[in-house]
Amino acid sequence: MESTAGDLHIANVTKRFGIFTAVDDLTLTIPQGAFFALLGASGCGKTTTLRMVAGLEEPTAGQVRLGDRDITRLRPYQRPVNTVFQSYALFPHLDVFENVAFGLRRRKVRQVASQVERMLALVQLEGFTKRRPAELSGGQQQRVALARALINHPQVLLLDEPLGALDLKLRRQMQIELKRIQTEVGITFVHVTHDQEEAMTMADTVAVMNAGRIEQLGRPAEIYEYPATAFVANFLGQSNLLAGEAAGLSGGDVLVSAYEQRFAVPAVRARADQGPVFLGVRPEKLALVADGAAVPAGHQSVAGVVTDSSYVGVSTQYLVRTGWGTELAVFAPNSGTAAPLALGARVTAHWDPRHAFILRREPGEGDRTTPVLDEPDAVGAVS
Amino acid sequence: MNYRIGRWIADRWVMGVGLLVLAYLALPIIVVAGLSFNRPSNRLSYDFNEFTLDNWTNVCGPAGLCDAVLRSVQIGFLATVFATVLGTLMAFALARHKFFARPAVNVIIFLPMATPELVMGTSLLALFVTGSVALGFWTILIAHVMFCISFVVVTVKARLAGMDARLEEAAMDLYATPFQTFRRVTLPLALPGIVAAALLSFSLSFDDFIITNFNSGTTVTFPMYVWGANQRGVPPQVNVIGTAMFAIALLLVLATNVRRRRGARVA
Repeated sequence: MESTAGDLHIANVTKRFGIFTAVDDLTLTIPQGAFFALLGASGCGKTTTLRMVAGLEEPTAGQVRLGDRDITRLRPYQRPVNTVFQSYALFPHLDVFENVAFGLRRRKVRQVASQVERMLALVQLEGFTKRRPAELSGGQQQRVALARALINHPQVLLLDEPLGALDLKLRRQMQIELKRIQTEVGITFVHVTHDQEEAMTMADTVAVMNAGRIEQLGRPAEIYEYPATAFVANFLGQSNLLAGEAAGLSGGDVLVSAYEQRFAVPAVRARADQGPVFLGVRPEKLALVADGAAVPAGHQSVAGVVTDSSYVGVSTQYLVRTGWGTELAVFAPNSGTAAPLALGARVTAHWDPRHAFILRREPGEGDRTTPVLDEPDAVGAVS
Repeated sequence: MNYRIGRWIADRWVMGVGLLVLAYLALPIIVVAGLSFNRPSNRLSYDFNEFTLDNWTNVCGPAGLCDAVLRSVQIGFLATVFATVLGTLMAFALARHKFFARPAVNVIIFLPMATPELVMGTSLLALFVTGSVALGFWTILIAHVMFCISFVVVTVKARLAGMDARLEEAAMDLYATPFQTFRRVTLPLALPGIVAAALLSFSLSFDDFIITNFNSGTTVTFPMYVWGANQRGVPPQVNVIGTAMFAIALLLVLATNVRRRRGARVA
């Protein structure tokens, strides 16, 4: 982020396919050297955005710039941008060496062999030069795809769900690997994914996309701790969002009334202080005590009944049904300090108001407590 | 014990039937190969009389035989080249581009394959006569190119349909111009389909009798020579040509198999 000469600017870009608007007036600046994640569900426009940067789609309107250079209308082979494709798109008729050397040969670069060797060493695939892609495992193919793109020293490397086809363990390993390589080469990485954990682990900046627009952009912790919209609150992790009405400021707090109870949230954690709002609390920020037991001073609370509990090792995940029927998710750490709660137990869920947040709500919208789940994209699907 | 015998038969009867079918397919070829080494007792006889190599050493003995074979090879070669180039281009257009007339073209491509050869032969003849085109080498070639194109288009299109379009995007992303993308990625991947189409074209052309017969004028191709000779007794050298063609085809198939296997092992 030292200079701005290589920043990637996406300015008011719109892409329509017939009547369907895939990307809707998107404006985004990605600083040089950043590890940037575009996070969203299938069909949110993230892959289309990536393809417009690569030159594989042409924007209906708007501009794509690299530093001061307008690259909107350049053909893919004229851009200093390379892509790691979903399911890799390795050339099946060429061996690993020729796959990796492909870009160098097209640009008539000399000393191909030494560069290919060095790049294969970087992705830990020495000695695989003569293999065909079909003879490699998924993880190895992924590394070849990465080496094939990186060897060209692009100004921007685009990664389209690069880990989607790998199993969980390999994916974790490759996440760390990718991060290491990015730090080593210092190239701007733009990473498209629907996996929120992947985005948070690797990226220093995450943009959450929904319906062709960016819902929120920021560091992973910022977005997680203080989401901007109800979509983000339940796409990045899970939130308990209670429908209420904000009744203005009082001191440094915004007052909210919901289900005949009054709550207060610090004004710095409120996206609105009037009208219909969601009062949000993350499940791990909620704590449970038996009905009638004392709630820590300054905490706010809701009473309910335990309707479900699942033990997942590091924590126990409870569902607590409130008096008005909404089930709140509560994650209690298994630190050994509290006894497990039985199903049907009457409890009080409480939280520190500094951990709550207030979001704007469309009038008439009810409570939202379930996460936005997204199945992995089918291979080849436009997302 | 009975159970064992039953099991033995159950495990093998499919294999037995398979071998019978293979024998049924191979028998005519074996007869042809055998007859190519036969010295017939008289012109109209097909009995196996005496072993000889004369037919092989004196292939061009019967008047006009080698001329006819040469003409068929020429026509086959030219028809293959024209049909493969045109058909491959059409296959690319149909597989890769959406255009106004695409559904119509897809139907028209199938017509020559669906039309009885007899009908096509007579209607082509009518066309040539109406246009007062002199029948001969070139009218045969035009007819052969026409029916070969359909087979080329269908074969190459199938190959292209199975090809991942993202490979071409990846090539372009890696600095390959559209021409380089075609030359380095698309063509090598489509090549097995194109080669198969070319081989198919050659054998269709080499062997065609019905359409050729209507449009040949005085030109004699190999199938027409055999047909003509049949009236007076087929010279045994015809069997030599047949056996040789079969041997060449067999070698080609074996060579591609060996190459593919070695390619898979080395790579």
